[in-house]
Parts: sequence; C-alpha cells; structure tokens
Amino acid sequence: MARNKIDSSILDTYAQNTWCPGCFNFVIEGVVKEAILELTKKGLKIEDFVLVSGIGCHAKIVDYINTNSFYSIHGRVIPVATGIKLANPNLKVIGFEGDGDAYNEGIAHLVSAARKNTDITVVIHDNRVFALTTGQYTATSPIGFKGKSTPQGSLERPFNPIELMIASGATFVARSYAGNPAHLKRILKKAIEHKGFSFVEVLQPCVSFFNPAKFYNEKIYKLEDINHNSSNYKEALARAREWDYSDSKGDIPIGIFYQVQRTTYEEMILKGKKLLNSKISQKFQEILREKI
Amino acid sequence: MKEISILIGGQAGEGIKQGGNLIARLFNRYGWNVFVYEDYPSLIKGGHNFSIIRAARKPIKSHKSKIDILFAFNQDTLKIHQKRIDKETIVVYDPQETEYKRGIKIEMDKIIQEQKLPSFTKNTLVLGATAKILNINFGLVKKLIKEVFKNYQRENLLAAELGYNLAPNILNLPRLRKAPKPLLTGNEAIALGAAKAGLKLYVAYPMTPATSILHFFAHYEDKLGVKTVQPENEIAAVLIAEGAAYAGVRSMVGTSGGGFALMNEALSMAGQAEIPVLFILSQRVGPSTGVPTYTMQGDLLFALNAGHGEFQRIVAAPGNTRQAFYLTGEVLDLVWKYQMPGIILSDKHLSESTFSTEIDLREVKMEKPKLWKEKGGYKRYLFTEDGVSSLAFPGTKNNVVKATSYEHDEYGITTEDAQRIKKMIDKRAKKKEALIEELKKKETVKVYGNKRSKIVLIGWGSTQGVLEEVAEELKVKFVQIQYLEPFPKWELEKVLKNAAEIIDVENNSTGQLATILRSHGFNPTRKILKYDARPFTTDELIKKIWQEIK
Repeated sequence: MARNKIDSSILDTYAQNTWCPGCFNFVIEGVVKEAILELTKKGLKIEDFVLVSGIGCHAKIVDYINTNSFYSIHGRVIPVATGIKLANPNLKVIGFEGDGDAYNEGIAHLVSAARKNTDITVVIHDNRVFALTTGQYTATSPIGFKGKSTPQGSLERPFNPIELMIASGATFVARSYAGNPAHLKRILKKAIEHKGFSFVEVLQPCVSFFNPAKFYNEKIYKLEDINHNSSNYKEALARAREWDYSDSKGDIPIGIFYQVQRTTYEEMILKGKKLLNSKISQKFQEILREKI
Repeated sequence: MKEISILIGGQAGEGIKQGGNLIARLFNRYGWNVFVYEDYPSLIKGGHNFSIIRAARKPIKSHKSKIDILFAFNQDTLKIHQKRIDKETIVVYDPQETEYKRGIKIEMDKIIQEQKLPSFTKNTLVLGATAKILNINFGLVKKLIKEVFKNYQRENLLAAELGYNLAPNILNLPRLRKAPKPLLTGNEAIALGAAKAGLKLYVAYPMTPATSILHFFAHYEDKLGVKTVQPENEIAAVLIAEGAAYAGVRSMVGTSGGGFALMNEALSMAGQAEIPVLFILSQRVGPSTGVPTYTMQGDLLFALNAGHGEFQRIVAAPGNTRQAFYLTGEVLDLVWKYQMPGIILSDKHLSESTFSTEIDLREVKMEKPKLWKEKGGYKRYLFTEDGVSSLAFPGTKNNVVKATSYEHDEYGITTEDAQRIKKMIDKRAKKKEALIEELKKKETVKVYGNKRSKIVLIGWGSTQGVLEEVAEELKVKFVQIQYLEPFPKWELEKVLKNAAEIIDVENNSTGQLATILRSHGFNPTRKILKYDARPFTTDELIKKIWQEIK
C-alpha cells in the first residue's frame, strides 16, 4: 500500500491552522485531500470539486484545502451546495457540516435533500458538541451532557441521524469514525462516487469538550465484517437502531448502512438541460401577444 | 366618453378575477387603456372579492373610487360599495341574491343552472352583458372567448350570449383606433425584465403577493428558459440562489416581508462574499402576518437596512409595469457588474394589478460582467481600482474559486488581521463610488406633471400611477424616486431646488421616505399617508392634497 501513497500536500494552502492540537479535524482534512486526489486519478478533475462548509470548527477545513470552496453560514451548507450543483451538474459538490449545523440549525435542509435525492455529498463532523462556542450540547449529545449551558446535565434525548436519513429517503447513508482514517477514506470515496444524496456521519471525538474515544474504540464494529445487506431497507434501519447515541451502551456499527439508486433532484429539475451558459431563444413576443 | 370604471363583486371562488380580466381584455382590444385593481381577502371560498376595471382614452396606471357600472353577485357587494355608487351608476344585480331599488336585474345564477352551465361561466355572462350595455360588437366577445378558453369553450360562449341578450344597451363605448397593448401585472413585468437580463434560475417559497412570479416562470419555462425551484423554506431559497450565482448562473428570489426577514442572514452573506443575487421584495401589510393579501409600503427602511453588518446593496422601486420590466432587468445586470445583492421593492398593488403596458424589449440589456481570463493565479477578491474583482466560476482549469462569509484576504482565506480587514472593507466600499458614477447616467429619479411648479409631490413605488395622474390634473410637479440605494441625492438636489412645498405621499403610517429625505438634508414639508391596507385612488388623493394646500 505504501508505494501507492500520494502526496496530498499539493492541496495545502498557506492558511494558518487554528484547530486545537490533536483535533480529529486534522485526520478528516488529510483523508479528504487523499480521497480527492485518488479520485482525480480515476478521472475526476480537480477543478470540478467544490467544498462547502458551514460554521464551527469543522468549517475551517475549506481554508486548508486548495480547491474551489464556499465557506457559508451556520446550518446552510445543503442549500448552497444544492444551488451549486443545479447551476453546474458537472461539479462534485461536497458539503461539510458540524452536528450543530446539520442537526440543529439546518435540519430542514438535511431532511429535504435526502427526500429529493440531491446529488451532493454531505459529511457530518459529529463531535456531538458545539465546540467553537466552547462546549454546549447539540442534538446528538447524550442525556446528561454537562456543558456551560447545562451545568446540571442536558435533559434532551439525542436523535439518531442515521435512522432519520434512511427514513427520509437518502440513497447513501453511512457512518465512519475519525479514529479510523482508512475506513473513512473508503467510505468517503464511495459517497462521492455515489449518484444521489450521500450522507456520511463521521464520529469525531472532540479533544477539548467531549471525548468518548475510549467508548468508541470499544464499541465500534464494521458492517462489512458482518455481511450487512445495504440494499435492504429494514435491515439498514435495524442496524441504525443498534446505538441510540447514549454514552454508555450499544454496539456502534460503522460502514454503509443503506445504498440504493434513484433519480436525482437535478435530473428531475433540469431534464437534461443546463443552466450555465445556456442559450435558448426566448420568446418574449409570443408571451406579450398572449397578454393582449 | 373619456373613461369608464366597472366593478364586479361577489364571493371568493366565483371567478371575479377572471371576469375582471376578460372585461379588461375586451376594452384593450377596443383600443382603450386599462388598469385593473383586485381586492380579495385571505381565503379560498366565500368572503368578498372585487375587481375594478378602469378603461380610459389616455394612458392610466390607477383606479378611481367612483364606479360607472357595478355587477353585484350578492347583497354584500352593494352594501360594501355603497359609497362608490351615485345616481348615474348602472347597477346590475341578481334578484335571487340581492335586492336593490333600481338597476338591471339579471337572474344570473338561475339562468346558469337552467342551462346546466358550470358556475364559473357567470363571468362570461357578465362579459356578454358588459358588451351589450356598452354597445360593443359581440363578434369581439366571441373571438376573445375562443382565444382564452381551451376548455369549456362552448359553455362560455353560451353564457356570454345569454348575458348579451339579457342586458339592455345603455351607453355607447366608441372603438378607438389604437393597437391593443399587452396587459401585464407588476409581477409578470418583473419576471420578463429579469428573463431579458439573463436570469436562469428563480427560487421561491410561495408567499403572497410574490407568488405569481413563481407561477409565471413555471408556466413559461420553455419560452423564457428560466428554471424554477420551490425549496423547503425561504432560507433555502436564497442560499440555493447564492450557490448558483457562485457557480455562474444568474439567479433571483422573490418573497414578501416575512420571507425576506428569514433571508436576512443570507443577504448579509451576499454582501460579505460579494455574491450577485437579486431579491424581489413584494410588500404586504405588516407587521408580522399583518393583512396578507392587501397593500402597504411598509418595508422601505427594512429593505435599506436589512442584514447585519455594513455592506453595499442596490435598491430600486418600480412604480408601474413598464418600470418593473426595465428596472428589474437593469438591477439584475448591475448586481452582476458590482457583485452585490440587489432588491426590487414591489408591493401587492403593483405586483397584482394589471396595466396596459408598452414595453420596449431593447430597454433591458445584458452586459457581460468582469470575467477572469488568465489561466491560473485567480484571486476571487483581488484588489482593483474600482473594487470590483473579476469573476471566475468553479470548474475552470487551474483557477481556484474561494467564496466566503468570513472576512478574508484576496484569495478568500479567512483573516482576523487588523490591516487586512480594513483593506478588504475599503475594497468593497469602493464599489459604491463606481456604482454611483454609473447611476448618475441612469434615470434614478423621474419628474412628471408641471415641472415648473413649486409644489412638489414626492413618492416611490406603486403610488407612481396615481401620483402622475393627480400631478397632471392639479398642474403640480411629481418626483418619483426609482433608486433608493444608492440614494440619488445628486438628482434630487436638482429637481427639488425651487420647491416651496414638498409633499411626501406614501402608503404607510410613518412616512419612511420622508425620514430618508431628511437624513439626506431635504425637507419634506407635509406628509399624506394612507395605511388602511388599500391603495390611493386618484379622486381620494386629489381631495387629500386640496385639504393640505387649500
């Protein structure tokens, strides 16, 4: 394997990195660069990649990777990515969101994109905490999470995004772990290559505010090791429900839960036409005549 | 006969709007100028709907309070519009539904039932009756029905004939030798202007009174080449538009105040990230849900100040369909040239009223924005003399395009460095200077009426039609401000120089334009404000002005 290793430093930027020392975002950044470069070897063009991020620690990733990017606002990665893809379906649009972005602020977009099968990839840096704002609970924090806004422990039950995504109609639903870069890279490449809405949740320990790395290392197992049938909806949901995002119990499957093919949103909307540099002879006079 | 006004009133669901539109088209084909005002509550069936169709020899862009012919489908219509009726008004009513001391009785419902016609044909019956009352050749009615109705043609023809035969002839509306003009609503004109300026994507969540823009683009997708997207909410709408603009596609969103409020964070991002995107803000009565299907000019200051942080925008307010067409086109082109958000302010009255419209398609042009032509070395926010950096779009070989909502350096990488921050803010500010120089060559302000008068009426947006007509009648001057941001102080200094009275006329309760005028050193001496959710009529405004200056 070593001789195939590619030098991802060509995708570095001059931006000064401001993540905490030991942050798992470094792992994700490295994996994303490698995945992109490996995919360019398979024929994708580097200029066709567009990375979109939200706001939070994860979002800085676009400053550190020298590709097209749109550093957007909190929770709104998916509509920005949707607009880019509609404008130019040749582009490979990859959205990066934190759990705060995707599961709290912008959940309507996540569900809608899954339902419509928008042809984008969404990578969730799920550290299960608002980190850049110094540690408050999110929609995937466990009950009892002690942060600055919940010193007595949070009261809210976390929800299960994998289950939600399968139920909402996503055509590629996967989970990976920032502590396993090889697995993450495999999943990420498959997600990018998938035609349709691909959702990758990355469990990411936060070294400053919420670090369940030990729990993850003990409980995580790979779906590929158990011959999971990812085209079976019921089986996918059953596997998704094995872990309820508590911090004490359950086995945590990683890998592709569900993958099917369905017509994409862009295919339905554009019907083979394009918006960028499109030239059609507009029929103004006909419309004006109809209005007489 | 110089002009005529007709009112049709009844319940929602009785097709009042369609009936009004048919009568307007008949007059239009008879060589008359028309204006149609539609009034409807926020419900689907029941309530009280009415349309006022005004036709005149001269060009008109407003309606009057007084009515010449009234079609009452029910008793409510007569009660509600009592004040519009005088002894000369011809009242046509259905005696089954309504009692009235005089007028023409036509048993509309009964006849339609007897003939087993669908209930909506009542409107074509009214069309037929109108033609007879005004002595308009039935052949024209027939031709119109055949063109308009692809379905139920036979039924509509029969209903029109019944109406024609049952009504008496009372007046004689002469046929004018003028070519008919397209009848457009403000929203249709906005859509056409945007399409002419190269719009490719319209993204909107339904909201009255902007919704018909979405319908129009969807209906004419093949003829205009504009795709429509109706996403999960207004926030998604504006961000899809901004994503598409980043990738090189001209895009636009349309909404009313509440939806625009949701779009504010993205408006601010368009300022910071220099994304060209056009917002259509069609105002209705606020605050909050307010009175959703009625009109108000309540969001001028909101449009000028919306979005957090300081950034430049373009705001223009057309007053009629012709202006809606060319201003929308012009501003869409400007936002691409200067890479900033733009807002077209409309309101229910402009968006949904119908105007005889003379459009010169050549008035809207599409200029190519400044594009990056080098192979490589691209900097999205490159410092330039006028502050405008060249555009490149993702997918261009050897060029990396980085857009960002963070403060950034020329390449688009986040910065928190004091000097760099100031430099980038100055860069964006420079675009305003360039924009003002360009606007100085455009018609930012229009002057009507007696240009020498020292009495000046001043207004913006949908009051244009009524103010133009009133100024002509009273022989005073009317100044309409078309561009509200950048504010055309240079032009106003010229046209307001000799004014003894500056009367601010607005469809709101506080006089928002007057506030802006004062902040720029002008002194509006009086305010005439109407805020009962209805637009001014010409006769009403004349009375109010007389009260002020008598």
